Amino acid sequence: MTALLKAENLAKRYGARIGCTDVSFELEAGEVLAIVGESGSGKTTLLNLLSGRLAADAGVVSYRMRDGALRDLASLSEAERRFLARTDWGFVHQDAREALRMSVSAGGNIGERLMAVGNRHYGSIRDTALDWLQRVEIDPARIDDKPTQFSGGMRQRLQIARNLVTHPRLVFMDEPTGGLDVSVQARLLDLIRSLVADLGLAVILVTHDLAVARLLSHRVLVMKDGRVVETGLTDRVLDDPQAPYTQLLVSSVLAA
Amino acid sequence: MIANTSPILSVEGLAKTFTLHLHGGKVLPVLADVSFAVMPGECVVLGGPSGAGKSSVLKMVYGNYAIADGSVIVRDGERATDVASATSAEVLGLRRHVMGYVSQFLRVIPRVGAFDIVAAAARDAGAAKDEAEARAADLLARLNLPERLWTLPPATFSGGEQQRVNIARGFAGHHPLMILDEPTASLDTANANAVVALIEERKAAGAAFIGIFHDEDVRARVADRIIDIRAFAAAAEGTLSEGTSSEGTSSEGLAA
Repeated sequence: MTALLKAENLAKRYGARIGCTDVSFELEAGEVLAIVGESGSGKTTLLNLLSGRLAADAGVVSYRMRDGALRDLASLSEAERRFLARTDWGFVHQDAREALRMSVSAGGNIGERLMAVGNRHYGSIRDTALDWLQRVEIDPARIDDKPTQFSGGMRQRLQIARNLVTHPRLVFMDEPTGGLDVSVQARLLDLIRSLVADLGLAVILVTHDLAVARLLSHRVLVMKDGRVVETGLTDRVLDDPQAPYTQLLVSSVLAA
Repeated sequence: MIANTSPILSVEGLAKTFTLHLHGGKVLPVLADVSFAVMPGECVVLGGPSGAGKSSVLKMVYGNYAIADGSVIVRDGERATDVASATSAEVLGLRRHVMGYVSQFLRVIPRVGAFDIVAAAARDAGAAKDEAEARAADLLARLNLPERLWTLPPATFSGGEQQRVNIARGFAGHHPLMILDEPTASLDTANANAVVALIEERKAAGAAFIGIFHDEDVRARVADRIIDIRAFAAAAEGTLSEGTSSEGTSSEGLAA
């Protein structure tokens, strides 16, 4: 198998404090990888390094472009990186307000990403937006409403539609169900699970919730103090954790 | 034609040890030097008292438990893979095409109906949509799950109904190597008979089985061979015999 994304010896410091260090792994196309750990473990720092939102102090992140070439992200021009971020990648934030334009309609939020890749036909953009609202279980009649009029769960689903409309191959997710009610979480998780499987997406998912990791991911990286302490098949790591910290993490959960 | 003359599963020198880092690093050796092979069309049953490590063997074969030592060679056509050293992607590939697993409990996916759970398992194993749905309908009918329940998520089903969904899901992939961990534990006689009939049918078609059956009648009907797992008990060593088990940890909870 050829890697879609490859991280080699990534490191990031915040002054004297370690953000993350010595992280290496490969992600295959269609693979869902969860990065788990407590707050402050470095998982969000790692996600930001991988997605090019933060520059590493050391190490290399490479990505397989659509033409098949594996490119060092640091070697891309700013324009190339922006193009990648709005076409081949998605980024789902915990807080949808960071990703959505709150004063623009739901349809506009979806259409904007299409226009960014050169789509100019108003009718077809609107049709695609309607289709995606349905796919994320939002009533198409709400297409002209602004996200400010949506509930938290709906905003999150709109954010997902906005990300997936350009058919990305890799989606980064940072606590996508964090802060939502449990029933809303379950619905969103099931939606993410089926979309990821149907579209064959590769996902790098940051979560502190082991049940979310179990439901969505094939493989997990467990992080502590900026280092990967254990990695493996998700059910193996959760059912037979080897590292002391993973055992503590798993045993601290009521039911995962 | 090597298909029916070489084992589909060869376990050699397999060992399992649990290290309890949260309990002073206590080491619990459970199994040592487990060796056996399973031929296509054969049903091998693991025997021995609860806590002997029967489930641990099944979980190691499936890649769900870490392997302390030894190898688990699974044959996929001409290709042989050692689960002990395989990558996560290789283990997931074996689970898709070669190994099916029926646990004692159904892990429920929120919002997904019973029929769709079973059909999805068939599709994961490569069946086309129509074929997958035909298999789901056939299995749920044979396992006497009332048709009015098919569209409902099994979260609210009785234990026996959930277990029948679980069995249908495990059998839907038509895997050549089936791993069964007490599949008939919560079933009445009629449903246990339906499971026995399924096993006999698949055996006749060349599928291999390795399993645990506490019900003596079921065991006698399906087993070609019984391996007493006590023969592979690991000698107590490490800190186990030092009498520090005041917190009441026993190997049975982990290994059962």
